[in-house]
Amino acid sequence: MSDTIIEVSGLHKAFGKLQVLKGIDMSVRRGEVVCIIGPSGSGKSTLLRCVNLLEEPNSGTVLVNGFEMTDPDVDIDKARRMIGMVFQGFNLFGHLSVLDNLTIAQRKVLKRDAAEATAIARENLRKVGLEEKASSMPSQLSGGQQQRAAIARALSMQPAVMLFDEPTSALDPELVGDVLGVMRQLADEGMTMLVVTHEMQFAREVADKVLFMDGGVVVEEGPPAQVIGDPRHERTQTFLHRVLNPVHVTD
Amino acid sequence: MAMSRRQRARAFRGVQYGVLVLAVVLLAVFADWGTIRDAFFNLDAASTQFPEILSTALVNTIIYTALGFALGLGLGLILALMKLSSVGPYRWLATIYIEFFRGIPALLVFIALGYGVPLAFGIRFDIYSTAAIALGLVGSAYIAETLRAGIQAVPPGQIEAARSLGMSQARTTVTVVIPQAFRIILPPLTNELILLTKDSSLIYLLGLVRDEYELAKFGREGLNATGSLTPILLAGLCYLIITVPLGYLSRYLERRTGRKVDEGLKVTA
Repeated sequence: MSDTIIEVSGLHKAFGKLQVLKGIDMSVRRGEVVCIIGPSGSGKSTLLRCVNLLEEPNSGTVLVNGFEMTDPDVDIDKARRMIGMVFQGFNLFGHLSVLDNLTIAQRKVLKRDAAEATAIARENLRKVGLEEKASSMPSQLSGGQQQRAAIARALSMQPAVMLFDEPTSALDPELVGDVLGVMRQLADEGMTMLVVTHEMQFAREVADKVLFMDGGVVVEEGPPAQVIGDPRHERTQTFLHRVLNPVHVTD
Repeated sequence: MAMSRRQRARAFRGVQYGVLVLAVVLLAVFADWGTIRDAFFNLDAASTQFPEILSTALVNTIIYTALGFALGLGLGLILALMKLSSVGPYRWLATIYIEFFRGIPALLVFIALGYGVPLAFGIRFDIYSTAAIALGLVGSAYIAETLRAGIQAVPPGQIEAARSLGMSQARTTVTVVIPQAFRIILPPLTNELILLTKDSSLIYLLGLVRDEYELAKFGREGLNATGSLTPILLAGLCYLIITVPLGYLSRYLERRTGRKVDEGLKVTA
């Protein structure tokens, strides 16, 4: 088993004429928490979505957990089972209860029986603090609860790596803490995580490595103390200055 | 002379009530109430209609409609999936079918099935099969378009979530897309059912024996037998027994799922 679980090389992605990713090289090691930060439009979400091939890259390779995602002959459904994904908009299945949201893929994809799937689902609901919401419908939950349920849904597949696409951006400020708390707990348990986020404090405290992206390239990467605490590049400095002192920004 | 806003509103309302009162007075004075009562509310003619109008005609109308709707729903789902297929010829075939059966009168389909097919191919279906096929062919074209719109209204995030969990495209369609699409299209689908209920009256063209009469044919036979319009009125009322509750059901579902969809959009925004 190799130490590197995600390996991205030479990744290019364009939407029509718009070049979004202009040659990305990056890797994530097993057990590592990597945060991607950067201004909107920098391509960080697109990069994340290329990792589980929700977006198809124009060129370059993506290797995840031994699967070459960019190979047209890869069994993409099998590869994705091992890659948990958490979306900005939660995307819980609106027609299913919270518990069914957690069991449906276990049963239909992993072919677990109902008892086993339910047991795993309840275990993960307990982990995110939503045990008593198992029979609720997603629309009855707050945004923060929905996002925690979505995390529990991804965890129920027992993935090798978790991808988070701005998981707290759609939440009211007072609900952000619950979700970040669950993510921090996951990191502490050794889960491999690739996180696109605007939460600088989370990146600073939890990440092993931070990537700063701008204009479709990785401008700077390194430990959080360096990239967030003492950035080398001017673009990183400008971005962090704006994010950390939003009230005092002068153009 | 300038009127205030309040004066203008009052004058406008006054004119409307005036026209209404005039119309009622004219009707009361000039209409021949005796003849109208004999034509539409003839109790002797009405009594000859019961109980068959309910036990035979109403029941048959419901059966024909239900069979046609069931076939139309199955065929419509296949057509909708064809129309959304990535394979060009499937899309073209579905488009041609839908445009054809949506564009021609249902009457032609009934004539073709009732007289054309037996003449050309020597195949004769029983009346229930013919009704189901004819109504199904016509209904499926409308239902397919409704279903397609519903499937496309399922938020893309739902599909991405399913695919991210390792579901195949087919599995995603069956497990996530179709159940959610049905919730979205339940109100318009109820309207298709109302249209199909009325179209079932065309079955009279196929030549029915008395046990097979549906409401329109039954009313017409009643008209011939009694010389009174009362059976026609009764048949019309029987259609309303079916369609009015369906209309309310449709509006109820619209309100309910409308709220759900709003919440759903908030969830998946």
